[in-house]
Amino acid sequence: MTSTDTPAAAEQGPALISIEGVHKAFGELHVLRDCDLTVHSGEVAVLIGPSGSGKSTLLRCINQLEEPTAGKVRIDGVTQGYAEQELPDGRWQKLAPKDIARQRSRIGMVFQRFDLFPHMTALENVMEAPVQVLGRPKAEARLRAQELLERVGLADRAGHFPSELSGGQQQRVAIARALAMDPELMLFDEPTSALDPELVAEVLAVLKELAEGGMTMVVVTHEMGFAREVADQVVFMDQGAIIERGTPEQVIDNPQSERLQGFLNSVL
Amino acid sequence: MSTAPAAPATSAGQEDPIPGRIRARRSPRPGTWISAVIVAILALGLINFLVTNEVFDWPTVAAYILDIKVVQGVGWTLLITVLAMILGTAVALAAAIMRRSENPVLRGVSWAYIFVFRGTPVYTQLVFWGLFTVIVPRLAVGVPFGPELFALETRDYFPAFWAAVVGLGLNEGAYLAEIIRSGLNSVGRGQSEAAKALGMGNGKILRRIVIPQAMRVIVPPLGNETIGMLKTTSLVLAVPFTLDLTFATNAIANKLYAPIPLLLVAAIWYLAITSVLMVGQHFLERYFGRGFDDRRTTAPKGGRPILPPARPMPSVES
Repeated sequence: MTSTDTPAAAEQGPALISIEGVHKAFGELHVLRDCDLTVHSGEVAVLIGPSGSGKSTLLRCINQLEEPTAGKVRIDGVTQGYAEQELPDGRWQKLAPKDIARQRSRIGMVFQRFDLFPHMTALENVMEAPVQVLGRPKAEARLRAQELLERVGLADRAGHFPSELSGGQQQRVAIARALAMDPELMLFDEPTSALDPELVAEVLAVLKELAEGGMTMVVVTHEMGFAREVADQVVFMDQGAIIERGTPEQVIDNPQSERLQGFLNSVL
Repeated sequence: MSTAPAAPATSAGQEDPIPGRIRARRSPRPGTWISAVIVAILALGLINFLVTNEVFDWPTVAAYILDIKVVQGVGWTLLITVLAMILGTAVALAAAIMRRSENPVLRGVSWAYIFVFRGTPVYTQLVFWGLFTVIVPRLAVGVPFGPELFALETRDYFPAFWAAVVGLGLNEGAYLAEIIRSGLNSVGRGQSEAAKALGMGNGKILRRIVIPQAMRVIVPPLGNETIGMLKTTSLVLAVPFTLDLTFATNAIANKLYAPIPLLLVAAIWYLAITSVLMVGQHFLERYFGRGFDDRRTTAPKGGRPILPPARPMPSVES
């Protein structure tokens, strides 16, 4: 089961995210080994695997929070972090910080620890990037932020500081904050792992709604029920390599490799 | 991270909803009482000594506390304190940011600045700045080994007042740099990453995300340093600058041959200014502490939209 084609992929056009031969090493530590991943527009890819398997690192390579040691990440056909043309001496020309920031601004990301800005209210958190990065007028950004908070069920929490919100509410504000930039795709790095069990459902409900609305998403999670229900493509990673990929039925219900079988036995 | 609403206060007259509320009697603490009495007697003795001892000469204190020279001295002292702190903070912020840079030149220069200015006495530095116009009589801008574009005589532009401000400010900056650096380091990496992921550039991340949060850690020691600076201004005599509070009171004392009451005048003014600075610090701490405190009561009132009252978890859950 290492075919790159998924049923969803067959029907759709060119890839929105295309990761080709990505390696990542932190000094001696080789955490990603020759990873390929293709995600089409509107598709939901779920990365699963034991902790330390490289899922989060691969996710962070997509919006350049990590720089791949080898390989390429393309979004909508555009190489991330480097100029398209190789230099005559074979080196790659790195982009200027402001160009990298612009590439990142089109990709929403939600973190395990929420990482809301604690000195701003929920509303200010959501308004911050549209005003500061896109230069939108404050009044317009405020309206849009209110709309987004309403969408994640937190209209009545707009004036609260993160410290006054539950973990689940904070994570929903974080999702609204990412959506405020009108991203082309969303990355979720274990969005429910830091939550009390009874708060997981409210965050997963928002993720599901986003997926149904056609948002392209890459989700690192341990929630197998969510993966089975929402994923178009499930990718199993272990020790930095992609071991299996396919539909939820293929990967979760009919694991081929021993490693995946062992992993599923431990989480299900 | 509590979301529970505050328990309703039981107002007088209403029936207590908690049955059998405990009515406790304090446990006896004789040791505390005995020490409190001893301390009270000592304090009263000190007050008695201050009031009755002729040497303090309170009538002279009263006569000179609002003397024009003294009040002007207070003004100059305050002005030097504020300007030196502003200069120090600006220099310190630059030094702290340079210390975090990847560029070894920026890091090295910042390190050397802190090394020199923190490692030499402020008195020595003030004497140096007082002599600056002798050491550097003329500043010129031009092409090295080539023609001079313009030049100025430093003594026309660098009076003792500015020597005092620059001397105190640069010395202070070296201390503040470490305080600011630890403040910047206190903001978690997740904050910069979240801001980066939103597409913010490094400058914006510092200005909008990191510095406002670092201020919470920086303000208390900054307040300490400001109060320290207020008193260090008494050294500007080294420049020599001779209009500050300590010099003014000393001059009067020498004229009257009455040093002690004029020392009291200076001490009372320094205490008064310190009190005012403490009030300022309180408001700064409250402003930069917003969001880090669960209690809404500390939130600033003005400029903020009126918030809906915190209610229990809304129905949208699950």
